[in-house]
Amino acid sequence: MQQVELKNGPQSADREAIIRAAKIEKYYAQPSENRIQVISPTDLSIVPGEIVALLGPSGSGKSTMLRMLSGLSRPSAGEVYWHEKPIANAEINVSIVFQTFALFPWLTVLENVEAPLRARGVGPAERHERSMKMLDTVGLDGFEAAYPKELSGGMRQRVGFARALVVEPEVLFMDEPFSALDVLTAENLRSELLELWAKKTMPTKAVFLVTHNIEEAVLLADRIIVLGRNPGHIRTDFKVQLAQPRDRKSEPFTQLVDYIYKVLTRPGVVPAEAPEQQLGPRIRDQRQMRYQMLPHARPGGMAGLLELLLDKGGRDDIYRLADDLAFEIDDLLPIVDAAQLLGFLKIEEGDAAITESGAEFANSEILRQKELFREAAQQNVLLLRQIRRALESKSDHTVPEDFFLDMLDEQFSEEESLRQMETAVTWGRYAELFDFDAGRRRFVMPDALEEEIAADEEAE
Amino acid sequence: MSLQNTFGRSLVAVRSWPFFTDMAVGACGLTVFFGMIQLGSYWLTRPVPAVEISHSVRALPLYAFYSIARIGIAYLLSLIFAVSYGYVAAYNPRVEAWMIAVLDILQSIPVLSFLPGVMLAMMALVPGHQLGIEMGSILLIFTGQVWNMAFSFYSSLKGIPREMIEASRIYRYSAWQRFWQLEMPFAAIGLIWNSIVSVAGGWFFLIACEMFPLGNRFFRLPGLGSYLQTAASADPVDMHALLWGLGVLVLIIVATDQLIWRPLIAWSDKFKFEQVESASRVTSPILALMQRSSFLTRLPARAWGGLEERIYHRLSTTRECRVVQPVEDSSKRGGRMLQTWLAIFAGLVVVWGAREAARILHGVAWADIRLLFLGAGATFLRVNAALAIAASWTIPVGVAIGFNPRLARILQPVTQVVASVPATALFPVLLLGLIRIGGGLGLGSIALMLLGTQWYILFNVIAGAMAIPSDLKEAASLYRFSRWQRWTTLILPGIFPYLITGLVTASGGAWNASIVAEYFHIGNRTMQTLGLGAQISAATDSGKFSTLLLATVLMALMVITVNRLVWRRLYRLAETRYKLEG
Repeated sequence: MQQVELKNGPQSADREAIIRAAKIEKYYAQPSENRIQVISPTDLSIVPGEIVALLGPSGSGKSTMLRMLSGLSRPSAGEVYWHEKPIANAEINVSIVFQTFALFPWLTVLENVEAPLRARGVGPAERHERSMKMLDTVGLDGFEAAYPKELSGGMRQRVGFARALVVEPEVLFMDEPFSALDVLTAENLRSELLELWAKKTMPTKAVFLVTHNIEEAVLLADRIIVLGRNPGHIRTDFKVQLAQPRDRKSEPFTQLVDYIYKVLTRPGVVPAEAPEQQLGPRIRDQRQMRYQMLPHARPGGMAGLLELLLDKGGRDDIYRLADDLAFEIDDLLPIVDAAQLLGFLKIEEGDAAITESGAEFANSEILRQKELFREAAQQNVLLLRQIRRALESKSDHTVPEDFFLDMLDEQFSEEESLRQMETAVTWGRYAELFDFDAGRRRFVMPDALEEEIAADEEAE
Repeated sequence: MSLQNTFGRSLVAVRSWPFFTDMAVGACGLTVFFGMIQLGSYWLTRPVPAVEISHSVRALPLYAFYSIARIGIAYLLSLIFAVSYGYVAAYNPRVEAWMIAVLDILQSIPVLSFLPGVMLAMMALVPGHQLGIEMGSILLIFTGQVWNMAFSFYSSLKGIPREMIEASRIYRYSAWQRFWQLEMPFAAIGLIWNSIVSVAGGWFFLIACEMFPLGNRFFRLPGLGSYLQTAASADPVDMHALLWGLGVLVLIIVATDQLIWRPLIAWSDKFKFEQVESASRVTSPILALMQRSSFLTRLPARAWGGLEERIYHRLSTTRECRVVQPVEDSSKRGGRMLQTWLAIFAGLVVVWGAREAARILHGVAWADIRLLFLGAGATFLRVNAALAIAASWTIPVGVAIGFNPRLARILQPVTQVVASVPATALFPVLLLGLIRIGGGLGLGSIALMLLGTQWYILFNVIAGAMAIPSDLKEAASLYRFSRWQRWTTLILPGIFPYLITGLVTASGGAWNASIVAEYFHIGNRTMQTLGLGAQISAATDSGKFSTLLLATVLMALMVITVNRLVWRRLYRLAETRYKLEG
């Protein structure tokens, strides 16, 4: 996990972190010597100028992480620093916007916003002025005498924001702030928040957002951290370089959503690198690349699925597809994932949507299908690409299976490596990228190619 | 803003009222002032154990005042104690379990059997002044009303939503601000309802403990309780005085309800922890009037506001207001110390108590013990008979009221007041009636227990019936349930949790009432029936401390055992199986 952080993560060294967590972990001691580990040792920093989104499945300790970083909860081990001072003694200036708003129902809107200032000893006149100004900023002008229960959910969360921002926090924490709101209200508040942030209307230097909504994270964040569970740990940590305002429908946006979706749905696999978000070709350094987890699906299955999808107008709900095929959803998912990996379809909000190349694949006859599959596989599957390169560069055009198994072993369990290899062989054979000699356990060039290459060599 | 407010205030219509309310408030203030002087000068006189009680109606106001003062002081003490106890218990995980267990046991102990011990102790503590005897009676009332309030405050604190606590921490509230802006408002409603129950209980004990014999001595404090009791025990019975006394008592209770509880309930509406505004609200004209008094609304704001600002300003420099305090280890610091001290203290008390008890119990005869067990059995049967009778009439009536919102709106306030009239005050009248038609104390004691406890069941049944969702009722009538089916499948399971709550409270009350119910001086006679309560009272009368101690322990044990074996199980059943969600 740390490697991922180093490679992909932001270079925290170039700016001093406001909050830095060093090897923090959380566990609950049990009487029987064993302890329940909730979060394994984790490094994380929040630097000025960015909105960080923390994503993860439920039970991955997102909220615990937020509470440790904000000083509400002490890590069982490790230390959180506030401007390099231990947080337990630092006068930190942070706010939290809560999922349930956590407003005091017996205080008016104004009193709710004034309360934190009161705790800080701000005098009545200044308190009133600052609170009124903040209420104005969040669009609650004229509601200062109302009680929270008289307001709608969205307005209540506006009060929550006003209360959070009135103390001019250096870091603003948000714990699923939009998940208790209806879709439109949430969307509205999100864009207003971005506006405040972009215009520097709030003096806040960094925002730390916990959410389970992938799109929300991609929409708002400059940096996304994905947590895994059992125990909680960082799966991936990368920057989002898309310019604001972001278009949900743009290609890079959906790619990023897909990528995160994949990371989240495959908890057993070390995530691949985040997709490239800038335009233009990029040089891939394959030594640093990691193998994707190949879904164990047969090319024939993919073809079948794509054809069915095409019949359905190119887009259908995955669960309905499973129903139509009388498949268990667990049996269908690898096929969907594989087709997605090869760029033949995309997952959008639970729907499988066929892509252009997918449509072409489904419409073609078998030889053309193999050709398309070959292109897609070489482009998208690192393992297949490596095997092919190795075969091309060796003079005898054969490579032992063990060579790749060793590399896979670094990343997968032994059993999984074997299964990965099995799938790679099925795909590679179908695509006629290589052949596999099961007796000698060696990859070999397909006959036709081999002859061709041999002829080339002779000619030279 | 402030300018607008001033204009708003000087607008028409309400203009003439503030003047009168201000005058009334001023008059009330003067009354309280003279009352305090009166009380002080009386308390500091030489102790007169048995004050002569005049049967004149003209003496009633003063007696009523003394009684109210006792109840009021006891209530204030209870409030302070309940809040502190609940606070410490809720925030000190190390001692929490202990403190709650202690509360549970103290709640089950019959308060009245402590009367002699408390009296003697208090008189020894403040020798030479009437204050000692007074403190004794106040302490007894206090022990009668404090436990449920402490429980209520404790469970409110435990029920504060986690995110609210986190908000108060992240915004670095001081303990002071947390108390006034979070904890107290959150606990307010529970505390107010429990206060109403407690004060009603306080009257019950007040009537019983203003006048009592102890060995060869006789104590009588000036107050309504003594007035009623002397009127009842005069020979012949002074019916005129008795009825006057009762009338004044009912008047006080109605006035308390209208002047204090109703405004408080209406005011506490804003502390409801709800997301949407509910339609039905309690209204109080008194509250509206008070809110209109410019004296009452402005003076505290002026005087208190300045002080408050200074407090907040001073507190803002403390560590608590500068560094975010983690939620989980809120006040574990010092917890171990506290625990150790508490353990040592408890140990010492237990050792001392055991030694004293052994000394006292040394000379108890076996025949006495046998008699005690017999009495315990008799009281047990009587308590359960009272519960059965109470349940048999309150369930149908309560359900009828609960199912009919209009009836409920009319009857609930009335029953609340009726229920607040202490059974001990009605008892003499009731008993005289019973004697006239030829009944004895055996029946009479059940009647007293009934009088004192049936209301708890009634209120809970009403609340339970009102809580049954109307769609279930509609389903029952849609499928044409027979009457029997309606009761067994809808109504009884629906009100079950509430019924159990009511029965638990009633059972505790009935045990306590047995002490007054089974042994009574009327006219110049002492009526007595076989029972544990009678034995406790008789032992108090004759100063037999060994029997008193044994009987008290026996009663406490029986109450606790019944609680554990029966009520707690039913309670769990109610919480798991018969809970109506949503």
